[in-house]
Order: sequence, then C-alpha cells, then structure tokens
Amino acid sequence: MFGRYLMLRLLLAIPTIFCVAVIVFVLMRIVPGDPISMMIPPGASPDDIENLREIYGLNKPVLDQFLIWLNGIAEGDLGRSISLKLGVGQLILNRLPATLELVILSMGIAIFLAVTASVAAIRYKDTLVERVLDTFTGVAQAIPDFLWSLLLLLFFGVILPLFPITGRLDPSLSFDPITNFYFFEAIFTFRLDVVWDLLAHLALPSFALAFPLAASLSRVLRGSLSEAMSQDYITLAQVKGYSRLEVITKFALRNALIPTITLSGVQFAFLIGGTVLVEYIFSYPGLGNLAISAVVQRDLPLIQGLILTFAVMFVITNLLIDLSYALINPRLRGR
Amino acid sequence: MHTFDRRRFLKISGIAAAAPLAGSVLFSGCSKGSDVLSIAYNVPLPSWDPTTGPSSVNPTIQTYYKAVFDSFIDQNPDLSFKAGLLTEWGWNEDRTKIKMTVRENAFWHDGSPVTPEDVVWSLERAANPESGNPIQFVWSKINNFSISGQEITADVKEFEPTLFKWMAFLTGYVMPKKAYLDRGAEAWEEQPIGSGPYMVEKFERNAYVRLKAFPQYWGDKPEFETVVIKMVPDASARVAEIESGGSDLTLQIPYEEFNRLSSKGFSGQSYPVSDIGMIFISNREPMLDKNVRLAMHHAIDKKAIVNDLLLGFGTPIDTLQAPEYDAFESTTTVGYDLELAKKYLAKSGFSVSNPVKFTIQTTRGYKPKDYEMIEAIVGMWKQVGIEASIEIYEIAKHFELRMQHKLAPAAFYNWGNSIGDPSTSTGFAMFSYSPHSAFKSPEVDKLIGPLWGEPNEEKRIEGYKNVDRYIADEGLVIPLLQYSQPVVYRSGLSFTAHTAGFILPQNIKSA
Repeated sequence: MFGRYLMLRLLLAIPTIFCVAVIVFVLMRIVPGDPISMMIPPGASPDDIENLREIYGLNKPVLDQFLIWLNGIAEGDLGRSISLKLGVGQLILNRLPATLELVILSMGIAIFLAVTASVAAIRYKDTLVERVLDTFTGVAQAIPDFLWSLLLLLFFGVILPLFPITGRLDPSLSFDPITNFYFFEAIFTFRLDVVWDLLAHLALPSFALAFPLAASLSRVLRGSLSEAMSQDYITLAQVKGYSRLEVITKFALRNALIPTITLSGVQFAFLIGGTVLVEYIFSYPGLGNLAISAVVQRDLPLIQGLILTFAVMFVITNLLIDLSYALINPRLRGR
Repeated sequence: MHTFDRRRFLKISGIAAAAPLAGSVLFSGCSKGSDVLSIAYNVPLPSWDPTTGPSSVNPTIQTYYKAVFDSFIDQNPDLSFKAGLLTEWGWNEDRTKIKMTVRENAFWHDGSPVTPEDVVWSLERAANPESGNPIQFVWSKINNFSISGQEITADVKEFEPTLFKWMAFLTGYVMPKKAYLDRGAEAWEEQPIGSGPYMVEKFERNAYVRLKAFPQYWGDKPEFETVVIKMVPDASARVAEIESGGSDLTLQIPYEEFNRLSSKGFSGQSYPVSDIGMIFISNREPMLDKNVRLAMHHAIDKKAIVNDLLLGFGTPIDTLQAPEYDAFESTTTVGYDLELAKKYLAKSGFSVSNPVKFTIQTTRGYKPKDYEMIEAIVGMWKQVGIEASIEIYEIAKHFELRMQHKLAPAAFYNWGNSIGDPSTSTGFAMFSYSPHSAFKSPEVDKLIGPLWGEPNEEKRIEGYKNVDRYIADEGLVIPLLQYSQPVVYRSGLSFTAHTAGFILPQNIKSA
C-alpha cells in the first residue's frame, strides 16, 4: 500500500518538474537581457554578434534550444555556463553543499530558538517574560533576513568584531576537502581548526536567516502549545504533581511539535532558494551567490539550471514531508 | 560522591566545545601575517580566461588578470604605454607589416620560458572567430606571423591605428600555448598559469583568490608575498571588512563612508578614473529637435551635481573625453546657462507652461548615485520647460535596448575607456554602425569614417577633437562627469592609483 503511494507521488513529481522546466525556459526568453548584448565590445559588427550567438547556441530557434536543453537534462547535462565556462551541473554540485550547510544550521538555530521561546512564553504566561518574548518575536518576524544581515554585520562584525564578515573559510587556512561538504568533512577528518572557522563564518549568516524563521515557527508552536495545555491529559498531569515546566516539556510539547515540524519542512524548502540576499551580503559562496552572478551576467544556462535545482529540491522536500505524513497517518496513504 | 549523569556530560561537552570556538573566533582576525595583503574587491571573478567570454571585456575584472597575466603591452598609472611581454613594437613605413620583440627573461608560472610562439599562438587564438574572443574584430586584422629569434613580424590585413593600444586593453593578454592546450579549458579555470607578478595559489569561486608572489617574475618583485583578494560585492560588507581589520584595502564604497573612514584614521585616495557618466540621446522625437537637445545640455549644472550630490567625487566634462584621454580638448565646452536653455526651447515653442515631454532611462544603484543624479537633472530641466519621466532599467536591459536601437529618447549610462583613445569613446559611442551608438547621424559618420584608418596619429586625434566639437554644437550626447574612484586602506600602506581603475597588488607597498 505504502509502496504504491510512494510510486504515485514520484510519478506526479515528474510532470511538476517538467512544467517547471518549460516555464523556466520560456521565462528566460521573455525577461529582458540578452547575454550576447552583455559581452559585445564597442565596434563589433553584426557578423561578430552573430558569431558569438552561434558559439553559445543562441542563434537556433527557441524550440530547438529547448529540445537541446531538455535532451541534455535527460542525459544529466545541464549545459555550460556562458560566464563561468564550466558545466552547470558541476557548478551547482560544487555550491549546493555550502548552501545546505548554511540552511541546516539556520534551521537548527531557528528550531532551538522557537522551542525555547515558546516553552518559556507558555511557562511564564501572563507575566512580563511573555510580553518581552512577544515583542522579540514580533521584531524578529518584522525585520527581513537581509536587514538582520546588515545589523549583525554592524554589531558583531564591526562594533564588536567577534566573527569574520565574509566568505566560508579563512583564506589562510590550508584545507583541501574531497567533497564540498566542508563542515562534515572537517569533523570526520578531525580538523577542529577548520570546524571552528567554518562555524565562525556561518554564525552571522545563519543567525540572520534563523531569526525571522524562528519567529514564524514560534508563533505556530505557541498556538499548538496553548491548545495542548487545555487538554484533559495536561490537567491530569498537573493533578499528579508535575511542575508546569515538566508538564509543558514532557506532555504538551510532544503533541504540539507536529505542526511545527511540518512547517519546518516547508520552510526548509523555501530556505534553500531564499538564501540569495544573505549569501550576497556575506559573500558566502553558495547557490544564492551563484544565482546573483548568473542573473547579473544573464547567464541563461546557469539561471535555468539553478531554478530547476531549486524546483527539484522543493519537490523532493515536499515529497518527503508528504511521505512522513503518510507514515504517521495511514489514512492518508489511500488518498 | 559526584555522579556523571547525562545532563552533566552534556553541560561539560558544551563548555568544552564553546571555549575553543570562542577563542578561535575572537582571535581569527589576528592570524594574518604582515607579508599578507588582503583586498576586499567589489566584483567577483567569473573566469580565469582573460581572452574569451563576458568577463574578458569587463573592465572591473582586469584587476585580477593584471596580477596574474602579462599584457602584450603594459600601461603606466597615467595610461601611457610601456613594455609588457613585448619590449618593442611598431609598424613598417607603409603600415603593411608590424614588428614585435618578445621579452627574453620572462617565464610562465610553471617555470617554462615565455616564447615568441606563445605570443603568436595567443594572437592567432584571439583572432579565431571560434575562440569566442569578443575583440576578435581587432585581432583578425593581422595574420601571417613569422618568428625570428625573439622577433615577430606579421602582415596587416586591414590597418587598425589602435592595434597596439588594444594590446594593453581588453583581451590583450599572452597565454601559455602548451600549458593551456595540455590542461584544457575546464582545468584551466581551476589553476591558471600566467607570467605576471603573482601566481594563483588557491581559488574559491565567488569567495576569494589567494595569490603567491612569482619568484621568477621579470619585473620588480612585489612587496607582499601573499595577496588575498576577497570577493565582496556588497558595499556595506566591504566597509565592514576594512573597519573590522578583515581586509587591508577596499574600493568603491559610498562617498559618505569614504569621508567617515578617512576621518577615523584610515588612509584614502579618491582619483579620477577612465570611466564617465553620460546621457545617451536617441534620434527619436523629441530629440530630433536640436533646440531641445541643446536646451537639455545647457540646463544641467554639472558642477552642482558633482560638488553637492557626489560630494566632489567626480569631474564635470562636456565631451566624451576625460582630461587624461588623448583627444581631450579643454576649449570644447557646453556651459550651464538656464536663460540660454529657455531661449532654445522657446524657439521650438516650449516653455515652463508648455514643456517638452519625454522619458529618460536610468539604472539605480549600478553606479554611485546614478538615480539620484537623474532625479536632480530632471529637477533642473523642469525649471526651463523640460518634463522628463524617469524609467528605471537594469543594466542587461540597457545593453539589449542599445543594441536594438530601442533606448528611450534619453538614457543614462557610463562608458569606460582605459586606453584613452578617442576611437574607443567617441568613435564607438557615436558612429552609426557601432552596436553601441544611440544617436545615428550621417554627418557624424562622415566625420568619423575616415578616422578609423587614418595612419597619421596627430591628424587622427585632431580629427576626433573636431568630431567632439561638432557633437557638442549639435547636442548629440550629454557627457556629465568623469568618475572618481574611492579607495580606502589601513594606515601603513602605500597605494599607487591607476587611472584605469585597476587595483594592482604589485603596486601596493608598506609605507
């Protein structure tokens, strides 16, 4: 039964990704910005311009270009970047680990902050603590991640220079990883100096991403916790003599976490494609930074490859969330 | 007796983990040695091939290339030319052949000598339409190379007066034939080989490049053994980099920040570079009316824009030639005169109560205060009877529209010209057949046309001065200002400004 459900979801993902591929390709041809116009020097003749178009395969009819691209994707080839002169697939695979490390850490921080704030707010309900937490949550949610980036950069990069401001790793460190998952590789190879340096570089961008996210998660969790606290089993636990904190953490939190975990999954998918501005500000070499360079250069193959990657990641994450639902709730498998 | 329970274990582990992290983080900024120079640069490097693709014609990226590669011919900070890998160069009497002498004591970063074959291969590759060299139309004007010792001769297919100037300009770099062919284009991107003062030690795309001084470099040995160029496109982050001590030098920061940092003990230089701000005029209504065009120009108070808006970071100009360029003529001016502007408009029936209306396009944030500058100009125009509505466009859109000749009647943009030749400013910006010209004028074509192949340099330069005079009289373009580049660095450094805007690490020394 579950195998059939899984098969069905996987099959449904294929037309979704195909539609994304079509939309991306068409959009790239509609939006302004001809990559050739970005590189022609003064004095180039129409022949020179046509020659450049031919070199980059942009002289072919749009349908032919699309079919070539689609055929390439089917063979695992996303094309070649115009500006970076490397395979798009290779470029994306090189950058994806950096973004994943940033996103995972941000998500971890956000969940930790959200759970802590929510538990504290429920524990100290109707007190000054709750009001202060309310204010902090409101501020964290109201300020977008790029503004948090600038604030953190100013406070912890300049005024109190505790953390490095830009990059992923100190250029003076000698570290030649085999994979691009620097953090995990540094842990497994016991390069603690690299681990600390990576964490130091990740600190400001990950907190900038985590604050607004933590606020959203906290609001959902607090709502669920409040609801759980009015249930009979909570009253029973209180009668049994458990302290308020114990009641929250041992009984209410477990049930209240389910909607938060769902939301975290959705946010995780959004976060992978939403690190662009933060990566740009901190010069963090991830997918977001690559996307900005690609857009500035109107590097069509790279933009197409990146959007397709974001779409696939989104579909996969949603699929995993749905599958986890199905595992938790067998009634959903038959739908 | 204490029990070692799970909670205690976690507590101790947490403290143990946090302590070295805090230590490492707190002191991370202090690990830099004194022989390391760190630069927070504003543009990331897309590719290590300085001769093909979009980055090869991006002037801001030349800083990286100039550190690692040698040009055929080099430039002094004042844009005058000097020997690069070529020590001598020139035409024969009737301009049908060129002769070049290759430097003898030059080496590639892999230790092999730079040979005349490398130079010929680089020129032939650049001229090959399949290589994707955007300046191929210049390099293809010579062929039939022959080598004798260190001397190279070639036939001139079509006389190009600026050929040798291009050898110091975009895509004018010498590449190692054997190393490039052996490695292939993709491997080249990871570990390029040049003959310049620095070797690429490590390249982390979109993050940094670590350069090491090349011991066999033919020129003066750079003072800093290691140079780290961090790619920091965000201006706030660049300011933070220099302020926190993370970098020793940065550039292109907001003018207000330049003044603030200068007053905080940082050293700084702001100097005119070979980049100008201008308003393209397209030959469409209402710009077909000369009175309107001249009124637009006379109504702009460029001094006020430079002094008040740009805080003095710029030089007003009236032609497409900056003072450092070969064809600059100080007597060709278009004065700020509101009454004259009103008179011109009145001749065409326009006034404050009956203004001429059109759209002006501008970028926002691409150049310092670009949008604000256009807002100020639109305000100035309003006083005389010109009502312009502002349309913001992206830089890619500008290129596309300009190539298709579909720009709005007026469009703000900038124009770089690091060799200072008038053909690469007035020539390409105003000659109808150039894909970058906006105002297509047969009269201008008649003036510029003969200058493309003019062998007499004095006559050629004089010819361009006349073209600029004609353009100013007809109001075919509105040059606004020459940009100044702000560079800030820590005290204890000595920085040599380069008019082309390059930040050359080999020219940075301890004070």
